[in-house]
Amino acid sequence: MSKLIKGKTGEWEVVIGVETHAQVSSVSKLFSGSPTAFGAAPNSQVSLVDAAMPGMLPVVNGEAVRQAVRTGLALNAEINKHSVFARKNYFYPDLPQGYQISQYEEPIVGEGEIEVELEDGSTRTIGIERLHMEQDAGKSVHDRHPGKSYIDLNRAGVPLMEIVSKPDMRSAEEASAYVGKIRSILRAIGSCDGNMQEGSMRADINISVRKPGEELGIRAEVKNVNSLRFIRQAVEVEAKRQIRLLESGGTMVQETRLFDPDKGETRSMRSKEDAHDYRYFPDPDLLPVVFDDAFVAECKASLPELPDTRKARYVEAGVSADNATFIAGEQDHIHFFETLLAAGIDAKQAADFYTSEFLGRLNKADISIADAKVNAEALAGLLALVKDNTISGKIAKDVLDDMLESGEPAKAIVEAKGLVQITDSSAIEALVDQVIADNPNQVESYKANPKAIGWFVGQVMKASQGKANPGQVNQLLKQKLDG
Amino acid sequence: MALDEGTVARVAHLARIRVKDERLKPLAGELDTIVNWVEQLGEVDTNNVAPMTSVVEMQAHWRQDAVSDGGYSDRVTGNAPDGVADPEGAFYGVPKVVE
Repeated sequence: MSKLIKGKTGEWEVVIGVETHAQVSSVSKLFSGSPTAFGAAPNSQVSLVDAAMPGMLPVVNGEAVRQAVRTGLALNAEINKHSVFARKNYFYPDLPQGYQISQYEEPIVGEGEIEVELEDGSTRTIGIERLHMEQDAGKSVHDRHPGKSYIDLNRAGVPLMEIVSKPDMRSAEEASAYVGKIRSILRAIGSCDGNMQEGSMRADINISVRKPGEELGIRAEVKNVNSLRFIRQAVEVEAKRQIRLLESGGTMVQETRLFDPDKGETRSMRSKEDAHDYRYFPDPDLLPVVFDDAFVAECKASLPELPDTRKARYVEAGVSADNATFIAGEQDHIHFFETLLAAGIDAKQAADFYTSEFLGRLNKADISIADAKVNAEALAGLLALVKDNTISGKIAKDVLDDMLESGEPAKAIVEAKGLVQITDSSAIEALVDQVIADNPNQVESYKANPKAIGWFVGQVMKASQGKANPGQVNQLLKQKLDG
Repeated sequence: MALDEGTVARVAHLARIRVKDERLKPLAGELDTIVNWVEQLGEVDTNNVAPMTSVVEMQAHWRQDAVSDGGYSDRVTGNAPDGVADPEGAFYGVPKVVE
């Protein structure tokens, strides 16, 4: 499959690298003891350290170090047992120190790689350049006063991990699949909640285009893209813009751009005059971050099953590769699926029913998993009834509709509505005899074409209001019609 | 090392320090003297000396991940020259910055 984009002057290749900013799941900040919870009153989660009052000294949060190391291990990356915090100097009202404490020459995590699944079923290996710890900045609010911007420092000092990829991606799909994979890994190990709406995870995307085989082109950085769908759109839109620009004789400038999903365009954020020179230097307020092999081993031992291993286990159990990738990539799905497995439901049946029937209905009704009236245990209860032949698979779908509507357990609905499957063969036999007796013409056509048995099955099921066991119906019909 | 006026102007801009044009030349000379003085350190042979990251021979203390601070927005914004009490709470106010 060609990923090249056709322009007027021939084909172009897109080259993409991604910087993912992930908020560490911690209750307190990277260098102070103030809280990190989302949505608090402005400046209520700010200590004198976060506000950069004179004389305040930062002390590193050990949990942030631990989560950075765990994440590095999950990204198959090199762990640096000695790393250094550096100051990245720039002025902005929501950055009270006048510099961001980050890591530069000596990050805590070095090179690694992850496997990314694409829609056509193929996989790509994407290189990780580094992961470093840094503090987030505050938030500027522009719409509460005509002449002023308001500053809320609640986010200032929140611990982030910046994960930098190598420029290994070649299409919008790969870029979004990469960020999706990073997200599922972070969520699986619990180092970040991966909530892109609340800003706990966001991506800066570096995009350039070139004619195949040529040197890398000049890149533009599209900042703060906060959904997988927008990542895709942003890459597509920005690549086309660059190709149009270059083909009409223009030259690229290295710059930061903003993606506007409403207008479907990217636009320049900072003029060239303001091009940043961060003048990094080691932060004299902080000692190097140093730990030993035992600490790394401890971090490693604390890692749960990673998405790739989990996926392989599901495929082994009979789940389709697509469903396995899908379920293993998301903690909510894993919870449901594991609950079904624990209830003894067949893996393939559980995966199929969960993805197409359960999630299918939620998607259609636009209900989130958290808001659904059916939880994992309730769904397991429903499928257990199919498993022990109390109801047919077909009835299960109707019962699911009822459950999602009323929140009642499957068993109560089945009993109240008298949906228990008819497995009594004499009862089924009576229905079969009746249908055969009523339809002599169809019996004739069956003799000419045995495939017509499907019509009979349908009639019997209808007569039983869907409650007859389809296997038994089939068997009895064959006996009677062939006999 | 010789600092030119352009470099001084650029560094001043990055540090947001306003320097009048006629001060650039003398400043370049003064800074040049300072930088050259520090460069004497280059005369010491450090081939077999590990880089020193700190003057204190100790390991960094790691904080426990627990909430022990914050909750005083009035105090942190108390000294702000343009602090605002908005219905939503206390903010710092700054000249409008919109990108």
